[in-house]
Amino acid sequence: MKILLRFTPEIIQEPHIAEVILETGAKLNIDRASIDAVSGEVVIDVPDEKCDKVIKLFRSRGVVVSVLEHPIVLDEDECVQCGACISVCHIKALSFKEDWSITLDERRCNQCGACITACPHRALEFS
Amino acid sequence: MIIVTPRPQWTLPGSMPRLDSSSDFHLHQSNGRYLGITVSYKYYIKLLLCIMFERSIDEINQKIKDGSVHVVTAEQMTEIVDELGPKDAAREVDVVTTGTFGAMCSSGAFLNFGHSDPPIKMQRVWLNDVEAYAGLAAADAYIGATQLSESRGMEYGGGHVIEDLVAHKSIHLRAIAYGTDCYPRKNIETTITIDDLNQAIMMNPRNAYQRYNVATNSSDRTLYTYMGTLLPNCGNATYCGAGALSPLYNDPDFGTIGIGTKIFLCGTTGYITGEGTQHDPQNDFATLMVLGNLKEMSREFLRGATFYRYGTTLYVGLGIPVPILNENIAKKTGISDADIVTNVLDYASPRRTRPTLRKVSYEELKSGVIELDGKEVRTSPLSSFFMARKVASTLKHWIERGEFTISQPIEKLPTDTVFRPMKQIKETPLVKDVMSRKVTTIKKGKSIEDAAKLIMKGQFTHLPVISEDDRLIGIITAWDISKAVAQAKYDKLDRTMTRRVITATLDEPIDVTARKLEKYNISALPVIDKNRKVIGMITSDDISKLIAKRRGFTPRKSKISWAQKPKGFCPIETPKEEGGSREP
Repeated sequence: MKILLRFTPEIIQEPHIAEVILETGAKLNIDRASIDAVSGEVVIDVPDEKCDKVIKLFRSRGVVVSVLEHPIVLDEDECVQCGACISVCHIKALSFKEDWSITLDERRCNQCGACITACPHRALEFS
Repeated sequence: MIIVTPRPQWTLPGSMPRLDSSSDFHLHQSNGRYLGITVSYKYYIKLLLCIMFERSIDEINQKIKDGSVHVVTAEQMTEIVDELGPKDAAREVDVVTTGTFGAMCSSGAFLNFGHSDPPIKMQRVWLNDVEAYAGLAAADAYIGATQLSESRGMEYGGGHVIEDLVAHKSIHLRAIAYGTDCYPRKNIETTITIDDLNQAIMMNPRNAYQRYNVATNSSDRTLYTYMGTLLPNCGNATYCGAGALSPLYNDPDFGTIGIGTKIFLCGTTGYITGEGTQHDPQNDFATLMVLGNLKEMSREFLRGATFYRYGTTLYVGLGIPVPILNENIAKKTGISDADIVTNVLDYASPRRTRPTLRKVSYEELKSGVIELDGKEVRTSPLSSFFMARKVASTLKHWIERGEFTISQPIEKLPTDTVFRPMKQIKETPLVKDVMSRKVTTIKKGKSIEDAAKLIMKGQFTHLPVISEDDRLIGIITAWDISKAVAQAKYDKLDRTMTRRVITATLDEPIDVTARKLEKYNISALPVIDKNRKVIGMITSDDISKLIAKRRGFTPRKSKISWAQKPKGFCPIETPKEEGGSREP
């Protein structure tokens, strides 16, 4: 499951991720991170079975956690099923179905945003 | 012996008499009409195989009228021909419908607004801030798909205006004029919808490319092109076209397609008005010029679009019915994705002729992955197969329901046109004509102080950093040094320098170099050879001097030093985006 962590300036200096890994033994994978001196946003991939524990722990440390259930929204009215988004998606969250329509695997998406600019029809948006 | 009475749809091929190797074959004719053939059973079979099957457009239209017509899509026809062979497929199928749905930049619409009171002879006109060409009669204009909004830029353009017209949305109209005795008005502002227009006629000079090149990018940076986002190091490949559904691949000899052919265009009936621009049938790059009533079109089959950092376009849905008049046409419509081969071009080269990396079939492209230099590269179509199928199946239903008949073309499309490059009377200057060959470099491992001294001594602002074996590994500017000093980081050169250096090559046209300077907001580039050895420097100063010379005036000495160049300041005329040899 993909989880978005937001770190406020007060807690940005603490090694939260490392401590959560040590405490839960969960193999967290950092998909995307943007951190500067005062704040940070990190998308992590958490094994489903340890998800509740990991979320609880981050929240107890003051990290703002949101589960990326719908990381990206596909506007069916705008989409013409062309596929311009498919080859720029390096984690293969976007692909064709049998009938050549587009399908989005929300569990894979890490909100990198490459598909959003690649879509000629502005059919993809961050949720 | 049996007597065979020929049917009107049979024509007897000229080679028939050669069958007459024995006496058990005899043709009965009177006044040039075949009345019958007397043959042996053995020859009866041979004869059936020999007789060419022919069907006329009138016969097909009769079948459309009485509801007995057999229509299949080009994809279905591929399977039918594969299974039955072209001879039986021709007997089986009356019409094959094709379809494509993709970005077609050479598209637009003629609009007539009617006259205002007092009347205005529109000199320039804008629709939702997108300029339409008004160099026509007073109240006529042509809105082109790629024209950009003057307020919203690439986000909105002519293609979107056309889509909004078709969606019956309100469009803001603004026009100016110089005023005449008969047209005194000098400006007007109003709101219109497509229903307020006298005519709205889509007229596209180049649509339905038979096939298109595949784009990839071997450079180390992402490119934003009319072929979409091309990831660095051949990270992906993009392609267009409908493969086996491609209208022009199903009748490549224009046996049935020609001027006046009735087609499916954006959800309504359209017509082929002639060959498209850049029509190049000998290289399988045939194109069409088409026309249709915008007022009858549907947003489902027409969409404005933006290719990020390239510009706007229009997605057009176009389908052509191919009447199966004979076995030969049936054979052509049997074409499969595997039969259609195209070139993979490297868009890292901004030149007219881009290097071809390999040939590839649409079958491979549609598999989602192609191999380039031993590496698996993911592919993306930019045109929609889903919608191309919808075009072909919609047209099929129209014909089956008797709503669409087949037309006889008035004239054939040319098969011998060639696509020539632009005639240029002035040679494009190359980097080697302009660059300075005297270049100072610094070896890695030196200090910031060493670099500052060299820069002061040489009175330049950019200092390439080279490795022990003289290869370019970075660049340091006067600005980088100032920054390092201001932050009190008197570090080694290697940590302050920029490592991903933008470079130029000797034979690069300076327009390409100017584009790099503008794109990356920099003022100088090291010129390197194939071993990454620095052989010169080219600066925006060199280029602006040359442009000034070309325009015939001497530039004033710039007061702004290039190293202090404010962000966004660019004295160079905006270089035109270098298009490929075939714009979509």
